[in-house]
Amino acid sequence: MNLLGKLDWSAIPFDQPIIMGASGGVVLAIVSILSWVTLKGYVPYLWREWITSVDHKRIGIMYIILALIMLLRGFADAIMMRAQQAVAAGGAQGYLPPDHFDQIFSAHGTIMIFFMAMPFVIGMMNFVVPLQLGVRDMAFPTLNSVALGLTASGILLTNISLAVGEFAKTGWVAYPPLSELQFSPGVGVDYYLWALQISGVGTLMTGINFVTTILKTRAPGMSYMRMPVFCWTSLAANLLIVAAFPVLTATLAMLLLDRYLGFHFFTIDGQGNAMMYVNLFWVWGHPEVYILVLPAFGIFSEVVSAFSGKPLFGYRSMVAATMSICVLSFIVWLHHFFTMGASANVNGFFGVMTMIIAVPTGVKVFNWLFTMYGGRVRFTVPILWSIGFMVTFVIGGMTGVLMAVPPADFQLHNSLFLIAHFHNVIIGGTVFGLMAGYNYWFPKAFGFKLDERWGRTSFWCWLIGFYLAFMPLYALGLMGMTRRMQHYDVVSWQPWLVVAAVGVVVIFAGIVSQVIQLVVSIRDREQVKVTADPWNGRTLEWATASPPPAWNFAMLPQVTDIDAFAFWKRKQRERTQQAQPTKERKFEPIEIPKNSATGFITAFFAVVTGFALIWHIWWMAGAGAIGVFLTMLAFAFRNEEEIKIPADQIARFELANQAEIAG
Amino acid sequence: MSIAVAVDDEVRYEARPSASEAGPAPKRIVVGFGFWVFLLSDIVMFAAIFAAYAALAHATAGGPSGGQLFNQRSVAIETGCLLASSYTCGLMSLAIGSRRFAATYLAALVTFVLGACFLVLELREFAGMIAIGAGPQRSAFLSAFFTLVGCHGLHVTAGLVWLVVMMAQVAIKGFRAAVERRLLCFSLFWHALDIVWVWLFTVVYLMGVLS
Repeated sequence: MNLLGKLDWSAIPFDQPIIMGASGGVVLAIVSILSWVTLKGYVPYLWREWITSVDHKRIGIMYIILALIMLLRGFADAIMMRAQQAVAAGGAQGYLPPDHFDQIFSAHGTIMIFFMAMPFVIGMMNFVVPLQLGVRDMAFPTLNSVALGLTASGILLTNISLAVGEFAKTGWVAYPPLSELQFSPGVGVDYYLWALQISGVGTLMTGINFVTTILKTRAPGMSYMRMPVFCWTSLAANLLIVAAFPVLTATLAMLLLDRYLGFHFFTIDGQGNAMMYVNLFWVWGHPEVYILVLPAFGIFSEVVSAFSGKPLFGYRSMVAATMSICVLSFIVWLHHFFTMGASANVNGFFGVMTMIIAVPTGVKVFNWLFTMYGGRVRFTVPILWSIGFMVTFVIGGMTGVLMAVPPADFQLHNSLFLIAHFHNVIIGGTVFGLMAGYNYWFPKAFGFKLDERWGRTSFWCWLIGFYLAFMPLYALGLMGMTRRMQHYDVVSWQPWLVVAAVGVVVIFAGIVSQVIQLVVSIRDREQVKVTADPWNGRTLEWATASPPPAWNFAMLPQVTDIDAFAFWKRKQRERTQQAQPTKERKFEPIEIPKNSATGFITAFFAVVTGFALIWHIWWMAGAGAIGVFLTMLAFAFRNEEEIKIPADQIARFELANQAEIAG
Repeated sequence: MSIAVAVDDEVRYEARPSASEAGPAPKRIVVGFGFWVFLLSDIVMFAAIFAAYAALAHATAGGPSGGQLFNQRSVAIETGCLLASSYTCGLMSLAIGSRRFAATYLAALVTFVLGACFLVLELREFAGMIAIGAGPQRSAFLSAFFTLVGCHGLHVTAGLVWLVVMMAQVAIKGFRAAVERRLLCFSLFWHALDIVWVWLFTVVYLMGVLS
């Protein structure tokens, strides 16, 4: 028996210059960043303040940093695919062999969904939700840190596959029988499966944590109908996580059993049923779409209301629409494969349900429009993303309804029309929302604003680039081009694909502008410094300092209305007009959860276990699993869970903060 | 109903905030609630495996069917063990509530032994099936059977390990608030496994023998 399982030197593709160049660059970048951090002596600071932090704000920021790095990685894949398809027409084969091209589109989908959009959304919720609820932390702070660690482990495993071995060549959905051992004997699918299983556990923990936080820990007076809409959409998204992710875990576990122990869930022999995988996958997959987009809807609601200077139009209908989408999202999954061959009645049912789910979404769009109507809209960067979203998302939604008609879907299934549709809603919905939220809450997180000019440049590049890159794909889909083609014979497709490639370059300019925006803003941070409430916000996160202290609020706010902070400001104004004395405040010591290395150590052992299982190194897998167990045990036996922050420290901070606002 | 309203002191009723406006819940409630949410997610996972089992129940690929394999007597004893262990787990909760160490350990020990008996019987059933060539590699039906029943067995195993850890915690740390919360979660977990087993017993064994 080999001590290193299937792993040997042939796992590293020395003969592939593109892969070796890319992974060499990544390794070099990581090594130089790590050595820079070490040489500068930042390691103790990073360890103390970030890696072992259980503060929801820090964890949220770390999620978003991970997501932004993965956005670059996933985008690099996108550029390579567009470049390949722009040249590989007629007899030409392009520059990517099929073997490599297949890995690229699989990695692009997996990374963008699981390791860009998910951590970005979760990071945003982590930072914002407890602040909006007016509380001091999540329900389970250490669990939150473990969840971050497991997400990072999945990300790390996926990226290790770049240099050691290969990634799946099955597409991001990994349908059997192609993903079974018989047709994918390499480690690619195993990388995919273990990365998703590990990060999936983390996501489930996040879901449980948020549902509990939102339902059980809110500021006094904040009844359900006084919660900010972002908290409502986060609640819906996390209910979906709790109800949908276990299905993914079970499904991928079945595929793992097929691959590792010779089970017959989805195999061709032994009467396995491959279509069962497809069904189960989309029972998770369709709610996942709403896990990604509902929080974005929440962000738009906050942004539109804040920059129109008005309460959100139709708060109750917004909540009702959110919760109906939450329920309906579980009964539309079959529209992902009308071509399976179910009866006309089954297809008809799912087609109709799919059209119905567009109704609450339409309600939301009208609510945003009516919020802006009659308001004094301030055209800041977040509102630009929101308006760009409304136009783009409506187009994407309508093409979705087109495909919900089963006979039409038989033509459009797996064509580029589908690719254009889901990029239209994911980029136009989720990504635009995240960009709006990133620009909106950045000053809260760091105490200074992002540069407006570069923000606008970035928005326009993204918007124009998006239309250039994806509108041609609708046309190509109608012309019959299917997805995932490494080369094609129809020369008349090529001009459209060249336009799409140009679009990707324009989006790239948008991403570069964002990097410049960040650099410029950090450089000029003293000029763009802000106090607690830079946008004249309406919800509680703007009531505390920017950046907020570890304890968020010196005293838990008393909520009496929707838009609690706007209400409080109005009361304050009346009070000053009537020259009433402001109440004397007396501070009390606050207990906050103690830092813990549990998340980091668990993540370390999770990576070890995952890597060992991928390469069949059984002793190492066992050691890693024992490591995880011992880490949990050590956590269970720790004695101190909280540290106390003395009242005078809180009073000092509050006084300094008020002086800053006054000055 | 109108009497109750009349009796209610109106001023005090106004002053008391409704549950949703009362502010953050105490930690015991938060932990218990969070664990409930976890259990729901776990049950969703079982539901997916149940669905797979239902879809593959007749996919025997020429191999043995459930009716030919299942030993009703052994399954009945297994069920008895598990249900009895839930009862002793309830007794343990009572002992914890009244802070009695000896009774807690005793109830935990009986719960552990009954759980272990369940596992031994299950493993014997598995071993017997594998010995006659009816292992999970034989057919899609058997893959689903081993996965569904094995997943429940894995949960029971995890529960037993957890129980040992909790008894160590009681011995070392006593009935602290944190330890008590975890014991509450454990008993929720143990009862949830019973619920899953009742479904499993019905769908796999009873319906399997019937068909």
